[in-house]
Amino acid sequence: MFDYAQAAVEGALAAGAAYADARVVIATTESIDVQNRVVESVDRTETAGVGVRALIGSSWGFYATADLTDTAARGAGAMAARIADASATVPGPKMVLADVPVVTDEYVTPHEEDPLAVPLAEKVDLLVEVTGTMEAVEGIAIARGNLTCWVTDKWFVSSQGHRIKQRLVESGGGYDATAVGESETQRRSYPQSFGQFETGGYETVRRWDYAGNAARIAEEAAALLGAPAVEEGEKQLILEGSQLGLQIHESVGHAIELDRILGWEAAFAGTSHLELERLHHHRYGSEVMNITADATLPGALGTFGYDDEGTPAQRIDIVTEGRWVGVLSGRDSASIAELTPGGMVRGDGHNRLPMVRMTNVGLLPGAGTLEEIIADTADGILMSTNRSWSIDDRRLNFQFGCEIAWEVKNGRKGKMVRNPTYTGITPQFWATMDRLAGDTELVHWGTPNCGKGQPMQVAHTGHSAAPARFAKVRVGVKA
Amino acid sequence: MRLAETVLERIGARAEAEVRVAGGSSALTRFANSFIHQNVGEEGDVVSLRMAADGRVASGTTSNVDPDRLGVFVEETLERCRVQPVDPHWPGLTGEDPGGPAVDHYDPATAAAEPADRAGRVAAFGAAGPDMEAAGYCSTSGVEIAFANSAGVSHEGRYTAATLDGIHRTGTSAGSGHAASNRLDDIDAAAVGALAAERATGSVGAYDVKPGDYQVVLSPECVATIGIFLAYYGFNGKFHNEGMSFAEVGADQFDPAINLVDDATDARAVGIGFDTEGTRRSPVTLVETGATKGLFHDRRTAAQAGAASTGHAAPGSEVYGPVPSALFFAPGDRSAEDLIEEVDRGIYVATFNYCRVLDPKTMAVTGLTRNGTFMIENGRITGAVTGMRFTQSFLAALGPGNVLGIGNDARWADSEFGPLIVNAPSMWLGSWHFTGGTEA
Repeated sequence: MFDYAQAAVEGALAAGAAYADARVVIATTESIDVQNRVVESVDRTETAGVGVRALIGSSWGFYATADLTDTAARGAGAMAARIADASATVPGPKMVLADVPVVTDEYVTPHEEDPLAVPLAEKVDLLVEVTGTMEAVEGIAIARGNLTCWVTDKWFVSSQGHRIKQRLVESGGGYDATAVGESETQRRSYPQSFGQFETGGYETVRRWDYAGNAARIAEEAAALLGAPAVEEGEKQLILEGSQLGLQIHESVGHAIELDRILGWEAAFAGTSHLELERLHHHRYGSEVMNITADATLPGALGTFGYDDEGTPAQRIDIVTEGRWVGVLSGRDSASIAELTPGGMVRGDGHNRLPMVRMTNVGLLPGAGTLEEIIADTADGILMSTNRSWSIDDRRLNFQFGCEIAWEVKNGRKGKMVRNPTYTGITPQFWATMDRLAGDTELVHWGTPNCGKGQPMQVAHTGHSAAPARFAKVRVGVKA
Repeated sequence: MRLAETVLERIGARAEAEVRVAGGSSALTRFANSFIHQNVGEEGDVVSLRMAADGRVASGTTSNVDPDRLGVFVEETLERCRVQPVDPHWPGLTGEDPGGPAVDHYDPATAAAEPADRAGRVAAFGAAGPDMEAAGYCSTSGVEIAFANSAGVSHEGRYTAATLDGIHRTGTSAGSGHAASNRLDDIDAAAVGALAAERATGSVGAYDVKPGDYQVVLSPECVATIGIFLAYYGFNGKFHNEGMSFAEVGADQFDPAINLVDDATDARAVGIGFDTEGTRRSPVTLVETGATKGLFHDRRTAAQAGAASTGHAAPGSEVYGPVPSALFFAPGDRSAEDLIEEVDRGIYVATFNYCRVLDPKTMAVTGLTRNGTFMIENGRITGAVTGMRFTQSFLAALGPGNVLGIGNDARWADSEFGPLIVNAPSMWLGSWHFTGGTEA
């Protein structure tokens, strides 16, 4: 496969590119969906092809073909150069790609059980069992389960001499129960909304006790229909880990993407409230806020060996004791910002242009436990598991809905409340984080559905988080 | 078609099967800070296969059309069928094609568009705002699709699509413009750029307004997002069967001014005339003078509801339900300016952003305004306001008595789910619930 990538690079160089790189990608996705014990879908998708980038002056072109032949690969390279020529008719500022080490290497995601080799019947049986358990709970109308795995092989070649082979293995899944009432629905999910996904084999699924939590999840969904709605007001807000993981994703992870800060996503995903000249000076949150972007974390969903520009995976500091100190970057964006490339450029399959994406952007743990945080809270609310999320194009104004919440009064977890929402402004919100649980409750939550780019790309990202408390947050916003 | 037939021949009588082969090319030229920074294209075929062996169903997709690999692909998919439990809801294959109008939304010039054609549109968009920073994209695609199943149904279809979407930015404001069609030549890049520039200029000096209930005049982009949410979550036969939908067929759930149809046969539509199950896409009247009239169905949801498939199966619809193909809101007879003239005090919104459903039965949605939010006082726009967050039921927004006027400016509008799905006009609504500003 290296030969096809090499041919694509040579095709681009022959057509005038000053620099070119190419990825042959063969990606297999297996997905199983079961609803109320009935298999709705058992699907396996295989995409294969080569995508090539060509740089002429400071202008890029990219072309992909699913035809894995020498002729087609060279043609794709030539087409990428032609597209770069067209880009140069509306040119940007002069840019020289930032240097990275030229590497020949191979990387395989550490894993124990090849997820594609686990018998389908075993996976289907698991989902039939948990949806059956949930469906049997009175009041549950819809019980759904999903298992998905991705096995992705990549061969990367650059005109500077990179030759990198990677096999990435990612696995996970989850389930949810929905109670349907007269005028609204209530849902509970496990391990989190959309499921929990990690790098690794089927052992990542086995680690979560699917069967042991199904009845509880369904009972909570049914009980929510009769629970009182959360009252509007300002309270101490305690977030369990998976919701905090999404909070990090939306209000930190996207905001620190250098392409957004530079304006490259202005029309679609948006920009950022962060200004580059404030790097190392801007206060992002309270002093207990320490965030890293770490593509080397074992098991986390945003872990790999090399990004799709051939830059080694690395860990960098993003927020240190509340101060903003780092960004997510690639070779071109880092060059323009005069920073060191962070190795955070990835493409979704052979036919998507690699772009700045989150790796594992997560909170370093604090101290203590959720139980201790609750015991220390006078008048608060504990919210769990995301139900909706919305944030503006500068990543400032957010509103999240969670599946379930409990009142916390005088150090005790009290009654369940439904339809919990909270809203805030990013730096004000993070400034109020006053408690963060320790590493015994830290989980590398995975987000398998991060959309960005045009054409749309989906990335898999990780967000380490333990439960945390925020001192004063507006909750209970209603339509 | 030959590729689809080859796959069916390999399966023979071992299973019921349907095969879909999609091929063609697409390209997208993206710009920001007034230069082209990402410029991409791709080509290739994709073969999708669904099989049922004795009621045991599995599916697969591959982009590798090498004959040997296709043979393995068929055997692997068949093997996955064999280890499944019987699907009690398997509706069988589309067995008969009743015929219908020819659907061919294809423009050869759009399919053959060159990188320079898209770059030219980008340059024209940018030139409309010479002192501003432009960002957005221009895309073109040409797709050909063949379908065949083992029940003897076969179809061939093709379509083209073109979109120009962008913003102009001053140092403190932004404005958007959008155009889309099945023909690239229909897109007037200078006009799209001029609208974006006008909105950006008009947004300078934006101020905060107090959250609360306001009358609104919504652009076609905002109405398109309302339409796609109602269609996806409400008129979806699967969600309706499950009790998750607000839709009550026959009930007056909308204002009498609302008429909404899905019609892939309309000459303006993008897409093909049959769905992924090989069923012809039938025009579906969803709302007629405010009354809910119809739902989308694929074969599975139709069988469960005792109805006929409307031809709205799509990849993944086994899980997410059937989806719209080409939604058309009926336009009114007044211009957007006429609607604004009738507003004593309200807000004009150019674009919604990041809308998410809080509950599908109530259609409570939260989202933000973006790239053009303006105060209307005494029938005219008097200034720009900063972006605002809303939490609003989209069902109630178009509910009885709340639609005060509909514009005559219906066009393909961008939506939260993308372009070329909803053809929408501007609308004047009696009440919209804003819950906060974007920065406070």
